[in-house]
Amino acid sequence: MHDTGANVLLSLSGVNSFYGESHILHDINLSVREGELVTLLGRNGAGKTTILKSIMGLVGRRSGSITVAGRETCHLPTHRIARLGIGYCPEERGIFSSLNVEENLLLPPMVKDGGMTLAEIYDMFPNLLERRNSVGTRLSGGEQQMLAMARILRTGARLLLLDEITEGLAPVIVQALGRLTGQLKEKGFTIILVEQNFRFAAEVADRHYIIENGRVVEMIDRKDVETSAAVFNRHLGV
Amino acid sequence: MDVTFQTVMSQLMLGLNNGAFYAVLSLGLAVIFGLLNIINFAHGALYMLGAFVALLGYTELGPLLGMPEFHLNYWAALIVAPLVVGGIGIILERTMLRRLYRVDHLYGLLLTFGVALIFQGIFTNYFNVSGTPYDGKPELLNGVVNLGFMMFPTYRLWSIVVSLTICFGTWFMIERTRLGSYLRAGTENPHLVQAFGINVPLMVTLTYGYGVGLAAFAGVVAAPIYSVSPVMGAEMIITVFAVVVIGGMGSIMGAIVTGLALGMVEGLTKVIYPPASSTVIFFMMVLVLLVKPAGLFGKEQ
Ligand SMILES: Nc1ncnc2c1ncn2[C@@H]1O[C@H](COP(=O)(O)OP(=O)(O)O)[C@@H](O)[C@H]1O
Ligand SMILES: [Mg+2]
Repeated sequence: MHDTGANVLLSLSGVNSFYGESHILHDINLSVREGELVTLLGRNGAGKTTILKSIMGLVGRRSGSITVAGRETCHLPTHRIARLGIGYCPEERGIFSSLNVEENLLLPPMVKDGGMTLAEIYDMFPNLLERRNSVGTRLSGGEQQMLAMARILRTGARLLLLDEITEGLAPVIVQALGRLTGQLKEKGFTIILVEQNFRFAAEVADRHYIIENGRVVEMIDRKDVETSAAVFNRHLGV
Repeated sequence: MDVTFQTVMSQLMLGLNNGAFYAVLSLGLAVIFGLLNIINFAHGALYMLGAFVALLGYTELGPLLGMPEFHLNYWAALIVAPLVVGGIGIILERTMLRRLYRVDHLYGLLLTFGVALIFQGIFTNYFNVSGTPYDGKPELLNGVVNLGFMMFPTYRLWSIVVSLTICFGTWFMIERTRLGSYLRAGTENPHLVQAFGINVPLMVTLTYGYGVGLAAFAGVVAAPIYSVSPVMGAEMIITVFAVVVIGGMGSIMGAIVTGLALGMVEGLTKVIYPPASSTVIFFMMVLVLLVKPAGLFGKEQ
């Protein structure tokens, strides 16, 4: 199994999550090793975002065990969880309209040593440099997505939770995000990627978890992707 | 009535003085509303409390400590009162307001209104409702200054200057500093800000403390001008709420500018048609609500 290695960075076992009275996640087990890129695939409403929110402590209530680098986080407040070295890029991107681009970029505080410098980030995202004094939400969708990613690279977080980063973006931008995600993996980031775009996901990921009705229904390794077309088809309808 | 340059200017200056108080108070309300989503009805009572800290610090603290000669002087009160009242605010937030963030605005309003009535009731029990004069005004701020176009009481000039300094200092802090960017971001999306590792609950508590500390500060500055009374806040807060409605809850600068402008409008009305001076703000409130329901600086939602 994948959750036995000593280098497991994140592990969920028996996680149940609730929004008010609604029971959304049922007995989720998954784990991610250091340096791995793992996807969460599944139809709209399957519970992928809720898994990321559960990791961050942003759901109404959760039970079970979620460990980050061996530390139990189920009872920690959200800001303490983030400080363990997690960078969260939410589905709705969360660019602040009352902050300009650079303020958005500088907002997340350092959580660990070794984050990228502002110069390195501008090097990687020249558009953001050009538009650093614009209001954050005036950027194009693609630029906002870049900004949402860039700002968590500064903080030293080593585990990135990326929620549907390609959603609604033009093909060339999706390609750029693909290259970026590959670069981040090479730099040693550990990544959980929520995706609807299966081709995008298949290119970069080491493993795929398929989520359905708040449950993990399949786990497929990169090497088995080709032979699992039927499984993907059944669950994702691709 | 004989409308001379002199009378217009002096009413404008007095209006500016009142407006400076409106500005400090509505600024605090706007900051609190932004982050806590609570309409802080206790604001007036905490302003009153600030004035009482100055008054009691001056008259009662010495005897209480067995040192009849000791007076908490005005300058010290400017610092102590915001700290004391800010501390009370922090306790209020931690023990009561915190429980209401998930529910409708209305609950926060009712709770803070209740708190205001309690403070006001307690003080009404022990102090004269028609006011007790504050004798701690420093020597330095006695007398009048020549503004060129008129003579103006030094203390009132000081109170305008110090209030504006506090207002623009707060504006600067919120709009131009790192700390302020946390606050602005927290106003927009507190969950995400917390997911970045910022202790948002602590920030919320301190923001409430700061907001009510501002009210206490205004209370101390007001003490030598208006006499200190248990109902001074209740009277003030009604006007300040009208200011906030006119300016719109969303904007820091809006709160400041609207406060100052409406103080001056009130002053001018005293020259033009005195009977309307106490209602002109409410008249304007109705007009603004009809034309721009979110307020002059507010964002439509
Ligand atoms: N804030 C919320 N309150 C109540 N139910 C929610 C909330 N957010 C999501 N849900 C429900 O939880 C389920 C999973 O949603 P989500 O995790 O967003 O799915 P996905 O990201 O896979 O599209 C859906 O049925 C959705 O309606
Ligand atoms: Mg989602």
